[in-house]
Amino acid sequence: MNKAILVLKREYLTRVKKKSFIVTTLLMPVLMAAIFIIPTYLGMSDDKKERTIAVYDESSLFLDQLKGNEYTKLVFVPREEYEQIKKKQKETAYYALLYIPANILVSNRAQLFSEKQVTFDVSNLLENRIEDIIERDKRNKVIEETGVPDLEKKLAATSTDIKLSTLKIEAEGKAKESSSVLVGVMGYIMGFLIYMFMFMYGMMVMRGVMEEKSSRVVEVIISSVKPVQLMFGKIIGIALVGLTQIALWILLGFIIVTGLGMFLGVDAGQMQQAQNLMNPDMMGNAAQLATSGSANKYQEMMEMAGTLPVFTILFSFVFYFLGGYLLYSSLLAAVGSAVDSEEDSQQLVFPVILPLILSIMLLFPIAKNPEGPLAFWTSMIPFTSPIIMLARIPYGIPWWELALSMFLLVITIIGAIWMAAKIYRTGILMYGKKVNMKEIIKWLRYRN
Amino acid sequence: MVLFSAQDVIKDYAAHRALDRVSISVEEGQVHGLLGPNGAGKTTLIRIINQITAPDQGELFFEGRPMRASDIHQIGYLPEERGLYKKMKVGEQALYFAQLKGLSKRDALKSLKVWFEKFEIQAWWNKKVEELSKGMQQKVQFIITVVHKPKLLIFDEPFSGFDPINTNLLKQEILNLRKEGATIIFSTHNMASVEEICDHISLINKSKKIVDGPIHELKEHYKNHVFEIQYKGETYDFTRLLEADFRIIEHRQAERNNVLKVQHLNGKSNNELLQKLMQQIEIISFQEIIPSMNEVFIKVVEQANQK
Repeated sequence: MNKAILVLKREYLTRVKKKSFIVTTLLMPVLMAAIFIIPTYLGMSDDKKERTIAVYDESSLFLDQLKGNEYTKLVFVPREEYEQIKKKQKETAYYALLYIPANILVSNRAQLFSEKQVTFDVSNLLENRIEDIIERDKRNKVIEETGVPDLEKKLAATSTDIKLSTLKIEAEGKAKESSSVLVGVMGYIMGFLIYMFMFMYGMMVMRGVMEEKSSRVVEVIISSVKPVQLMFGKIIGIALVGLTQIALWILLGFIIVTGLGMFLGVDAGQMQQAQNLMNPDMMGNAAQLATSGSANKYQEMMEMAGTLPVFTILFSFVFYFLGGYLLYSSLLAAVGSAVDSEEDSQQLVFPVILPLILSIMLLFPIAKNPEGPLAFWTSMIPFTSPIIMLARIPYGIPWWELALSMFLLVITIIGAIWMAAKIYRTGILMYGKKVNMKEIIKWLRYRN
Repeated sequence: MVLFSAQDVIKDYAAHRALDRVSISVEEGQVHGLLGPNGAGKTTLIRIINQITAPDQGELFFEGRPMRASDIHQIGYLPEERGLYKKMKVGEQALYFAQLKGLSKRDALKSLKVWFEKFEIQAWWNKKVEELSKGMQQKVQFIITVVHKPKLLIFDEPFSGFDPINTNLLKQEILNLRKEGATIIFSTHNMASVEEICDHISLINKSKKIVDGPIHELKEHYKNHVFEIQYKGETYDFTRLLEADFRIIEHRQAERNNVLKVQHLNGKSNNELLQKLMQQIEIISFQEIIPSMNEVFIKVVEQANQK
């Protein structure tokens, strides 16, 4: 069997079989799901508790008009009872005590007494109900005073709700609906994913190289494997570990979302509709769509996503994902081979990963102005382009910019690998020497 | 037949010359000791043989022809410091290294099983290396070195970290390998083991080879013509008898006999001394003291450093 394949297999299998890998791979989607789902679940179950609230209405404006809801009952009490309840509310069955002062129309203030902190839902409900009643009364008074016929209907007719659709003009002159929010979020998520991957797995490559060097394993195997084979076996093996992890996350995420959705009893019909939407044959089923507001929203999202250059995005994602990883992991492998210990690595790692950190910091300013000179140049420079270019692509990029950026990245990767292989070959067998940039540049000139 | 030889090897590290025209020649079936003080250049030479670094000048020969990169599969190298993945399981690791050395998975498993049984370490197969003691790790490393049955074995300080029992076990295995015809280059500071194991030594000091030869010849060459004589009866005064050409080193009474240690200064003939003594005392034993390798080592290095 080819030696490089043997190395690759070892790098892959030992990492994938590690407990820490299995735990993070399984736990991450569960944690993410928990962050989104638990608050929803708690919110849903909490509201079912029945509460009774005593109301003392000094203004006499609200009697018979202020009403609670299914779970929050209101009971109007006279002054004496109010005083009593206020003294020892704990002993009564009331959850809270609402006091509406006589001057509420002027002061805009009421008070809610309770032994325990009143839930947000309850205070929110009361506030809204009181507001509604006062507003309605005030409006009625104005309508009565002005005496214009059918004023209430006319006022209701002025109510407006505007939705701004952002449209993108295509080359053929057709306008398609797009969503600037979706585009921005998508670019950011992709940029961030690539950053995480390059950072985590690039460092993993470096630590792997350092482990082989400091444990002297390399002295035993360098006789059987060429240094370049060893380096590439490691870089590609670890890339496969990363891809395995991402594939598992996507799979697990899908299972969890589906499973928990059912468990929490999300409307099964709604799910069905969402699925139907995925199927273009069913798109025409307008009657079904109209029944659910959220299904309409979903359709809107799907249509907008359809206007994104999906193929370009997918292709560039894979390209920059692998390209960025190859660039940074080969540089970090070179760093790992040059140093003797973790402490020594710090000063050499920093200049290597600085552009990575810089590109993440630039993501926000670039999202604001994706056509500006900063965005252009940082998406050409190969050390920042994997993150920046990917964040720009959903906005639509001239093809020559994309091609140039990819070309520059490929050239730089070839250069970086050539350089890294040279440094690696010398560094991996060099011990007890403090290595600095000057020394490394000298290694690049070695013929062997 | 010469299996491996290096001729006039020079290796420079920046301003320091690590090897200066060093030549060694290792016969097939020979255990060749590579000796020298710390920093003499032994490890540099071993690294050159293992093709870890290339010599600046000089040539290497394997089986009579210039050495090729592929010859490395015929070499097994046991480094001084352990070269094992700490987090990897012993069995998987041994299998991996054996496959890297060119064995098929099936052959590798088969011969690893034999070796693990021989060292009684089958129970470690699924243990991680970091769970083993230093000596235990060395056993694993040893197996990895020899499992692909290389023609030339290179051991760099193989006994470091071993207790006496395991040192003995390993020594026996090395002797077994020699019996089976393996050729071994053996680098060490442990002179006692050199005497037991090696046929031939090369001594490197300050980047230069200063001595090379079969062990018995070297000992003969560096002997001091010291004799130890035990005799019966009254203590005899040798001062006048051994006046010229001799130096009395020690003269004492042991339990029942007397012991005399004397050096023959011009070293012509042992019989001359024997004749002189026979006339005066009743000799029980007469034996020439051959220096240990330890003494030879110290003597040679000191002489070289004085020059």
